[in-house]
Amino acid sequence: MLKKIFLIGNPNVGKSVVFSRLTGVRVISSNYAGTTVDVMKGFLKSGEEEIEVIDLPGTYSIEPSSKAEEVAVALLRESPRDEFIVINVVDSTNLERNLFLTLQLIEEGLPVVVSLNMCDDAKHRGVNIDSEKLEQLLGVPVIATCAITGFGIKMLIDRFKEAKPVARNKLSHRELWQEIGGVIEQVQQLTHRHHTLRELLEDASVRPFSGMLMAIAVTFISFQAVRFIGEWLIDNVSNPAFFKFYEPLLWKLSHFLGQESFIHHLLIGDLLDGKIDFRQSLGLLTTAPYIEFAMVLPYIVSFYLVLGLLEDIGILPRLAMLMDNILHRLGLHGFAIIPVLLGLGCNVPGILATRNLESRRERFIAATLISIGVPCVALQAMIFGLLGKFSGFYVIGVYLVLFLVWLVLGVILNWVLKGISPELLVEIPPYRIPSLAILWHKLFLRIKGFLIEAIPVVMLGVLIVNVLLYFRLFEQFSLIFAPVVKGIFGLPKESAIALIMGFFRKDVAVGMLMPLGLSVKQLFIACVLLAVSFPCVATFVIMFRELGWKDFLKSCAIMLMVMLMVGASLNFLLPH
Amino acid sequence: MKKINLVQMKEKQKGRITELPEGSVLRNKLMSLGIYPGREVTKISHIGLRGPAAIKVGRSVLVIGHGMASKVIVEIQC
Repeated sequence: MLKKIFLIGNPNVGKSVVFSRLTGVRVISSNYAGTTVDVMKGFLKSGEEEIEVIDLPGTYSIEPSSKAEEVAVALLRESPRDEFIVINVVDSTNLERNLFLTLQLIEEGLPVVVSLNMCDDAKHRGVNIDSEKLEQLLGVPVIATCAITGFGIKMLIDRFKEAKPVARNKLSHRELWQEIGGVIEQVQQLTHRHHTLRELLEDASVRPFSGMLMAIAVTFISFQAVRFIGEWLIDNVSNPAFFKFYEPLLWKLSHFLGQESFIHHLLIGDLLDGKIDFRQSLGLLTTAPYIEFAMVLPYIVSFYLVLGLLEDIGILPRLAMLMDNILHRLGLHGFAIIPVLLGLGCNVPGILATRNLESRRERFIAATLISIGVPCVALQAMIFGLLGKFSGFYVIGVYLVLFLVWLVLGVILNWVLKGISPELLVEIPPYRIPSLAILWHKLFLRIKGFLIEAIPVVMLGVLIVNVLLYFRLFEQFSLIFAPVVKGIFGLPKESAIALIMGFFRKDVAVGMLMPLGLSVKQLFIACVLLAVSFPCVATFVIMFRELGWKDFLKSCAIMLMVMLMVGASLNFLLPH
Repeated sequence: MKKINLVQMKEKQKGRITELPEGSVLRNKLMSLGIYPGREVTKISHIGLRGPAAIKVGRSVLVIGHGMASKVIVEIQC
């Protein structure tokens, strides 16, 4: 009985897009090796029956070399042989390298169907593949597909049941490559063309000087674009919505409830000078939605839009090459730049992406550095909102301090922890023109994920603070932490509640600082502390799961030390 | 015929791989990416100060860390 279909293939061949086509489940796909670090599951309806489709992380061979690859191979080996077939997704622009895994799968005696994907891109690049001939030579069904447009998917569904194990002798790696050479000669024809602009750019991006220039330009433009789009959305969409449409509604509610009632305090919060202040009222219907929808969400949209473009064009692996040098000093290698960049959006996917790194030591260093030195976009948005009012100089200051902490801590960890850092070995994908549909779905998925995760926690956070304020419990609570908060960090004792709130969500925590009337220096210190201190609860859970409790505790101890040291030194070093 | 490593190769130079670094996991990984003895590769670039090297193997561009690249030996025409 056929119960499962495994999708397996080299990294970055479009497995996730094939998966979406087969099951209708949308997943995130990008143009670099290792977008999928987890196993994705969905169902394919074929007549009466439902077959489970499982999208595995990409792998170059059935001898795994990273945690993400191990997952793929283990699942394949554990399942009962007669219950599944394998769809081997293959990149037609690079058939030769992909066939290595294909032949290994066939040798294992697995029932394989080959999906010859990206066939349109292959045509553009002057690669012609005779899929019928390939089918004859391999002895398994071969179907040309272009998952982005949906071409060939129906054929794939019609024919996957033809997959049967084929008897094949086991070959050594070298013999396998010889065999592949022979197959390629018979099925692949290359049309020679002149170099296109795209190829010239691809070439320039992996040379030291031109590559560095391009990387600096891309980083600068991306940062500006995130800021510009974010600010534009705030000024033109979220602020008008809140002030023109939402506020009048709230006024009606406020009159209806009567200003003295507890429920008024809970929903609307304190009125300042007889007005609703979205930043400071701290009500469930005022400050809570304002923080999430007007201050944070616009930047979430702009950040993930820009990140999505960079991912799909294929820029990230090129940054990995250029950053390899520096990251080696931190006990990592160039590929670690990808988890770090994802961490700038949200630390959770950043830490998950460390599964692409080879050693435990590397994963520990990367996860610890991300949770301490890499602020998520929600926190960054609030820092823009709060410190940006004074001067952009302070905002840059926060980034500089965090970068320094990240760098110094990395060097120290590399020096203290035993072991060596593995070497970078990564494929640089060709530049691809992003598909708008895929960009859009990816943005949608990420925003949806953010909203689902953020809204309940933000509501809960504001609720707790609101109630504490109403019953005047704030005082006692903050007294306990006063020695550290006031004595070492130079912050008013009330900010203890904000620092603790940072455990729930960073954006709410910064929001809690708004009514306190801090000086610029205090605000600066508080923002840095919130960034380096305990990550939010979602990151906590992921770190615990990914690192195991021993390393998790180690990482927490490091976090506490960094927080104390950075807070104290900023307090004593910075002028008033 | 002369034997040098990937780091020593010049830009656009072609060579045939003769030796891979020790260690079975590493060798397997290199092999599965198409870097195996007898394969022809073209150097694209490398980044100074012990940075990685970029090479072209077949239709793929691979980036290899300095330490590993200096242990992949190729044979070049003089």
